[in-house]
Amino acid sequence: MHLVLERRAERSLLAALGSPLLAIALTLATMAILFALLGKNPVAALGVYFVEPLTDAYTLQEIAVKATPLVMIAVGLALCYVANVWNIGAEGQFIIGAVAGSWLAVRTQGTDAGAWVLPAMLLLGALGGALYAMIPAICRVRFGASEILVSLMLVYVADLLMDYLVRGPWRDPHGLNFPTTAEFDPVATVPALIEGSRLHAGAILALIVVLLASVLLGRMLAGFEIRVVGAAPKAAAFAGFDARRVVLFCFAVSGALAGLAGIIEVAGPIGHLQPGISPGYGFTAIIVAFLGRLNPLGVLVAGLFLALTVIGGEGAQIALKVPLDLTKVFQGILLFYVLACDSLIVHRIRFVAAPRRSAHEHA
Amino acid sequence: MSMLEAITLSVIAASTPLLLAAAGELMVERSGVLNLGVEGMMILGAACGFAAAWFTGSTLVGALAGTLAGATLALVFALLTLGLAVNQVATGLALTILGVGLSGLIGAGFVGQRIEQAPALYLPVLTELPGVGRILFGQDAFVYSSVALLIGIRRFLYRSRAGLALRAIGDNPTSAHALGYPVLRVRLLATLFGGACAGLGGAYLSLAYTPFFVPGMTAGRGWIALALVVFASWRPLRLVAGAYLFGAVSILQLHAQGHGLGIPSQLMSSLPYLATVLVLVLISRTRGTAGSAAPASLGTAFVPDR
Repeated sequence: MHLVLERRAERSLLAALGSPLLAIALTLATMAILFALLGKNPVAALGVYFVEPLTDAYTLQEIAVKATPLVMIAVGLALCYVANVWNIGAEGQFIIGAVAGSWLAVRTQGTDAGAWVLPAMLLLGALGGALYAMIPAICRVRFGASEILVSLMLVYVADLLMDYLVRGPWRDPHGLNFPTTAEFDPVATVPALIEGSRLHAGAILALIVVLLASVLLGRMLAGFEIRVVGAAPKAAAFAGFDARRVVLFCFAVSGALAGLAGIIEVAGPIGHLQPGISPGYGFTAIIVAFLGRLNPLGVLVAGLFLALTVIGGEGAQIALKVPLDLTKVFQGILLFYVLACDSLIVHRIRFVAAPRRSAHEHA
Repeated sequence: MSMLEAITLSVIAASTPLLLAAAGELMVERSGVLNLGVEGMMILGAACGFAAAWFTGSTLVGALAGTLAGATLALVFALLTLGLAVNQVATGLALTILGVGLSGLIGAGFVGQRIEQAPALYLPVLTELPGVGRILFGQDAFVYSSVALLIGIRRFLYRSRAGLALRAIGDNPTSAHALGYPVLRVRLLATLFGGACAGLGGAYLSLAYTPFFVPGMTAGRGWIALALVVFASWRPLRLVAGAYLFGAVSILQLHAQGHGLGIPSQLMSSLPYLATVLVLVLISRTRGTAGSAAPASLGTAFVPDR
């Protein structure tokens, strides 16, 4: 007997909605085994990871804070992946966005610059991210170079550039030699939503991004073009859709969103530019995009869920003394299950009794 | 030891992990499978290799453990992409994320530990030959096996029936299937082989290159190995040239940093990555004229219709 993969005649809505849930359930089961192997009580450990963060006002806010960049980046990535365009360098675009926006914050530091500073910073951040994303996009459409490898290489370059800036020209002269810029002025800071809270206006922006992307993908010609180029490149060519333009567009949008997320993170919860501004948001967002089934609204839910795991992981590190890397393992496993379960939407697995040999014997 | 000899030795050391990982990926891609998880398999190989060597005190056991770890991760990749026809790009990314996470989990307890560095060959007269002795006769087993591996792969691909089948499967799986070649089985074996090589390359980093484990110590080498395969136009000999060229770039930037030429160290550190981008652009631009052997079905799933 062996397994055979068969294309389903029609896709069921139940499978489409159920596959992410099945993936999460399988991941939780795997995690429980992993916890048991680490010598922890699986039920209690999963509680620390997934339930405790939801029971406290502070951690609930933190989930929203962490979800903001994840959702923003992942919406752009979802756009790319729908078009079969592989931007995996969002981490670099995030950093360059943070750097581009911080430039203005550093330049206007201590001056009497007005309220225009923050909007200009956000604009610069988005522009920086978009321009940085244009490098792999142009390498792809102009020279045919793999956008996957180019965009990833540029992550390391962006990281080193930021490192140079905060250790060199932009270092806070009163910062005791720490590699960081001075704390941004109030006009260069994203305002908090509630006084004294870490929840900031960027969260609202992320929601707006989700809505705009939903409209773009679902209701506009550009979105249709993206979907056709991704799903049926030949049909797209016949329809006169320019695949190169779609590549440029997707990279520009996803780069801009990653850059915007970067400057918001720096001007919001962090408050200054320093190495390690991102605990891998650009890579985690890849998982968010797939878990959200490349749909902006799905991405919103998935972003909140992944943020929950990040906060839960931090809690587990303290409460259970498990390494922080466990969260990465968890995220990797989750992505595997998501991809595997997605395949079951399109395919069906059938068990087939040992074939062929009998046919030979008859002949 | 002369300066030139020292630099050559360090170039060989820096090139070997790239060569090992890229050699495996070359075979994988020649069979039509694109496994982007090289970085993840390498770093897991580094962590598992170090752990095994630390417990047993044996470099050989460490190398085997690293190889096995890489192959195991590749098996997960194969289950999804070959068994369930999942998108290879996305699965490769998942493999990298998982590998990096697992390596951190396994390696956490070993950070700061040291092991005995992999022993180098020593032949009485030959190793002491001036100039070339250490380079030719004083390397560790990883270096010699990387050379042997490349020779073997070249012979396999171009001089054996199985190699011909593998290339046919990479170019046109449907035709190969119709001729009766077991497409998925060959791809599975190639993928496992690629994972084993990546794991071995990673183990080299933590057993021989630096005899300790640091999280994230592969620092993008897995991705550079992927770029090298493109650079080599999927040809084994060009892969050797490419790996040594990249090793040279990364060593030269270290030496330039040491001399303090007034260039920011971060700029020098980013050279290998920038060089990769440049090379990808140049190679892709001239593809077609430079005799590229890019497998025609690279990265596309194959579902046999029985």
